[in-house]
Order: sequence, then C-alpha cells, then structure tokens
Amino acid sequence: MRFAFTEDQIEFRDAVRDLLANECPPSVVRLAWDNADGRSGAAWTALAEMGVLGAGAPEDRGGLGFTALDLVLIAEETGYAALPEPFVEHAVVAVPVLPDTAVEAATAGETLVTAALGGAAYVPYVESAGLVLTEEDDALVLVAGDQLVIRPETSVDGTRRLGWIEWDEAEILGDATALAAAFDRGALGTAAQLVGLSRRMLDLTVGYVQEREQFGVPIGSFQAVKHHLADARIALEFARPLVYRAAWSMSEGEPDAPVHVSMAKALASDAATLTSRQALQCHGAMGYSFEYDLHLYMKRAWALAASWGDAAWHRARVGRAIL
Amino acid sequence: MDLRFTEREDAFRAECREWLGANVPHGLPSGDTHEGFALHLDWERALFEARYAVVSWSEEYGGRGATPMEWLIFEEEYYRAGGPQRVTQNGIFLLAPTVFDYGTEAQKDHILPRMARGDDLWCQGWSEPGAGSDLAGIQSKAVRDDDAGGWRLSGQKTWTTRGAFCTHLFGLFRSDPDAERHRGLTYFLVPLEAAGVTVRGFGRLDGDEGFAEVFLDDVFVPDDAVLGEVHQGWSVAMATTSVERGLTLRSPGRFLAAADRLVHLYRDRAEVADAADPTLRDAVVRAWIDAEAYRWQTFLTVTRMTEGDNVGSESSMTKIFWSELDVRIHDAALGLLGPDAEVGDNLWMKGYQFALSGPIYAGTNEIQRNVIAERVLGLPRR
Repeated sequence: MRFAFTEDQIEFRDAVRDLLANECPPSVVRLAWDNADGRSGAAWTALAEMGVLGAGAPEDRGGLGFTALDLVLIAEETGYAALPEPFVEHAVVAVPVLPDTAVEAATAGETLVTAALGGAAYVPYVESAGLVLTEEDDALVLVAGDQLVIRPETSVDGTRRLGWIEWDEAEILGDATALAAAFDRGALGTAAQLVGLSRRMLDLTVGYVQEREQFGVPIGSFQAVKHHLADARIALEFARPLVYRAAWSMSEGEPDAPVHVSMAKALASDAATLTSRQALQCHGAMGYSFEYDLHLYMKRAWALAASWGDAAWHRARVGRAIL
Repeated sequence: MDLRFTEREDAFRAECREWLGANVPHGLPSGDTHEGFALHLDWERALFEARYAVVSWSEEYGGRGATPMEWLIFEEEYYRAGGPQRVTQNGIFLLAPTVFDYGTEAQKDHILPRMARGDDLWCQGWSEPGAGSDLAGIQSKAVRDDDAGGWRLSGQKTWTTRGAFCTHLFGLFRSDPDAERHRGLTYFLVPLEAAGVTVRGFGRLDGDEGFAEVFLDDVFVPDDAVLGEVHQGWSVAMATTSVERGLTLRSPGRFLAAADRLVHLYRDRAEVADAADPTLRDAVVRAWIDAEAYRWQTFLTVTRMTEGDNVGSESSMTKIFWSELDVRIHDAALGLLGPDAEVGDNLWMKGYQFALSGPIYAGTNEIQRNVIAERVLGLPRR
C-alpha cells in the first residue's frame, strides 16, 4: 500500500496551479459573471495549449492517456481557482469517451463539450457548447450543438450559464455501463473541485482574519474564530483522502468504485458547504459584500455541492450498498 | 499510488486474523474494575506470548518489527475480531514511544520488555487538581537530593486512568520552581510501591473505578527515574501527547469495527427504527463513511510518514475526528435502540459513556482546535 501521488502527477498539478494563478485570478472569475458566455477566455486557451483539456483521451487519439487518478489533482486546482468553465464535464467526463471525429477539436479547446448525466435537468455552459454528453434510454449519447433546443436558466453562480435542453438526434456512445462510469467521473471530478474550493475559501479566510483587527487585535486570535476555521480544516482533511482513493478505484476499475465515489462526493460537498459557512461568518459583513471575492467561491461551492448528486443523494447510494 | 496491500501485508493480515479469531476472549468484564483488570492482564500476557502485544516494536523488546502499515492492519484485525480494550495501552502507546526517543539504553532494556510482558503496568500522571487543559500549571514538586543521588517527589496527581490497578506512573513534576512555567519540569518514572505513595481509586462516569488520585509525600526516586533531560520534561511529554492525540491511541480499526457493529444493529432494527426516526438510517451511513474517511486519511498520513514527512500538530485533527466520530456512532446506536437504550447492561450505553470521554481526555477538543488554528493554519496566539 502506497497512498501518494507520483512526482510526475505532482509536477503536472503544480504546472496547472501556476497557470491558473496567472490566467484565472479572482478578477477573471468576476469578469465571467458579466461577460457574454460566463467563461474564462484566455485561461481555457492556455489549458488547451498545455494539453490539459485533452489529457484524458487515449494517446493514440492525441491525448495523454490520463486516468481519473491523473486528472483528480488537476480538477482540484480548477476548483481552487473557481475556473469558470465546464472543466469536469469537458475534460474528465467527455474527452475519454469522445469519438475520433470530435477528440481533436475538444483537445484543442475549439469545441466545448459539456455534460448532463444522472437525471440532471440543467446543463452548464450549454449555449457555448458544440457538443453535449447526455443520456437517453439508459445509453450514453452525444448531441451536437445544432440539434439542441435550449431554454436558458440562471444559476446562483453567475458564471454558470445553465440551460434545459431537448434534442432530436443523438449519437449513441455507450451502454448503461459506460453511462454509469461517465456519471461517476463527473461526481469524482466535482468532488475534487469542491476540495479545491474548500482550500481556497479557507486560505482567503485565514488571510483575512489575520489582517482584520477588532478590539485592537487580529480577529484570528479569538478562540471562537479559530474554532470555526479549525472545523473547516478538519472537514477538508478527511474529505480529501476519500476523493483520492475514489480516483484510484476508478482508474483501477475496482468493482466498488461507485461507492467510493459517493463517499468522496458526500464528504467533499459537506466540507465545502461547511467551509463556506465558516468563511462567511469569519469575514463578517466584508464577506457579505458583493465587491469582495469570497462569494465567487462560495457560490461555485453551493452550485457544485448540489450537482452530480448532492451529499444526501450520495449517502443514499452508499446506504444501499452497505445496509 | 497503489492502494492494494502488498503480499507481505496480506499474509500478515491473514496470520493476525487466524490467531485472533481463535484466541480473542469474549465477554470479559470491564477492565476498569479490579476483577476485570486481572482477567484483561491474562489476555495481555497471551498476546505477548504470541508476539502480538507490541507488534511495531523491534524483536529485542518483544515485538515483530512491524511497519506502521502492518501495525494498522493488526489493529484492524484486533477490533474486527472483537478484541477487548487494551488495559496496557497507556504504557505501550503513550510511554513507550517516549522511552524509545528519550530513554537511555539501560532504561530501554529495563522498561520495555517488562512493559511488553505485562510485568510493569504503567499509568499516566499528567493531570492534577489544578492542571488539566492548562497542563503547564503542574504544581507537584521534585526536589533534588544530592546525598541520596536522586529526587524527592511531592504533590497530587488525579484522574489517573487505571491508577488503582497499575504498578508504575510516568508523570511531570516541577523541578525548577523559578523557571518559566513550561521550563523547569522534569519527566519522572515512579514505582507506585515506593514509600510515600498513596493511591485512591474513584469512579468514572460509568461508575467503574477507572480513575485514581495519586498522592506523593516525599517519595524518593533515583536519578535513573528521570526520562530525558532534567528540566526538559515539557518537550519530552509533548512528544508523547502528540503520539496520543494522533493515531496510535485510537487507530481506525476500532472505529471501523464500531461502525460495522452499528450497521448490524441497524439491519436488526431497521423496520422499527425507520418508522421511529427516518434520519437514523442516514446517521448510520454518515458514521460508516466517516470511519472510512479516518481509515484512508490514516493510510495517507502513514505513507507520508514512511516517506519522511513530519506530521506533528496535524495529529490534533485526527484526535478531534475520532473522538467526535465515536460519539456520533454511539448517538446513532442509542437512537436505534430507542426505549431499550437505557435498559440493563447494554454495551452501547456503556460505550456511549466512554465515548463521551474522548473529546475530554488527551487534551480537550477545545485545546486541539486552538492547536489546529495556531500551528496548522498559522493564526496568531492570544
């Protein structure tokens, strides 16, 4: 048993982290709230150039053959940055199963692929998408953008342009097994993003409470504040290993992988939700201000905690397996 | 990353499972009573004879030189088999790591094999009437006796777990009254049969005589009763408490087994319980997931430790997590039991009372949250 990533995996993660720190600072996320497509622009192009978007495709199709385990740390970083893109849908869910005809454009970032599985009613960033991975009669299907009838819907996260969709023609990509695996990749990738978001909100708050002074001292010196943040840190500490373990199980095709994914998504959703509460409380009215960055991360966390199965949905799935 | 156990680890697990399955005693009375303690000691000695008492120690001291991962496997199998509480735990898990780090060769050779065999039974002398969370407030004194070549100890220790049944105490005493609080403490090893020691057992929450107060009245101990350097007791002790907080005192195996028992309890009572309180099912699932989370967090941590990473204050997160998980497991069980929870000698109510001590002992969870905030997150001290 060795529960650690390889040096290559860590290096790739660090490179993505650096790229996103440069290309996707809070100002980019904030801008995406108000721009036409809710998206990041240059950050997405940079990720494509780095090979990240197509990394999950097999090597003989121009990808890097990345497994769920290779992708999990990258997804976590996109969460940390609150990258306003359907990264998980595109790179983790869709790219590994796209047909040859579509992989190249998806890898290059020319075609955006989004996804809605597991009975999800709304598709994120669907108006920008050239392809949508979804489900029909227990099969995994791909729908071209020009086949879609879209009814737009807003999200609490202003970057996530949602749409309810209907379509006539779809290409069948896989059976119920492929459909289930695609859903689990989405839940896993989203769990990883929630871990990243938890880290980000915690970092922001740890920084803030050391600067903000009341009664003549930093509020971070008060026990009540310390204990709120300690609880958030603990939730992160115990969610993260389950996310990495689920990624390994998926990569290895372990029969219990869906249960492992559910444990991961349940704890990651709860950790992010708790952290958003503690972060807001410790920021006081500053965090409640729209001009301050915290809400960018909080709202993404709320949206993702509710997506790809919320904590209760995933606990119910675990319950069916163990009880 | 490879989350499969190695062949060697699997073989070790199989060996543990077979022996424990055939030998673990069931239905022992509480080890926190005189009668029960004696019966537990018989079991501890059987463990030692089979070389399972201290698997992670080297062979010369009675162990098997097991890796940390193998030790976790042993713990999983021990609790899976329904193994009883380890009444020798405070010596094995709290004192021994400090002896390994700070003891002289002579101390190691004398103390460790006797501890492993169950010849010497150690209790922890940290708390005093005026020193609980504020451990540095220790008042018990150690006065140098140059003529006799040793020290004279005076004062009172209390809430000493199983103190009434043990033979030796390890504890902190103030050796330099003029030094700043955290300095001027020395770590002593004290035989409870020494002249001037009085031990009085008293009841814990569940009524068992698991606590004791230990009075020391001018008790002489020789120089080799000092562990580590004179006046350096605080840093020596902190090494121990960090181990205690962390995984050694309460490894995941204990909670995996408890969560498994909870799952079985739910299956037995699902119909009645679901009708009485539909949230109970979710509480059971949460407890089970949390036990898994502790298990995998531990594997992650052990891999880091094995590869040379230093995990220090992070053990405070572990302590909070397992202690509060234990309370949640028992809360859920009592909910499933409904009106039967209060009745008779039920082990869940007994366990609940013990679980409630978890957030208090080994440094209260409030103190641990301060440690996390200050040393893991880097927030300012007061």
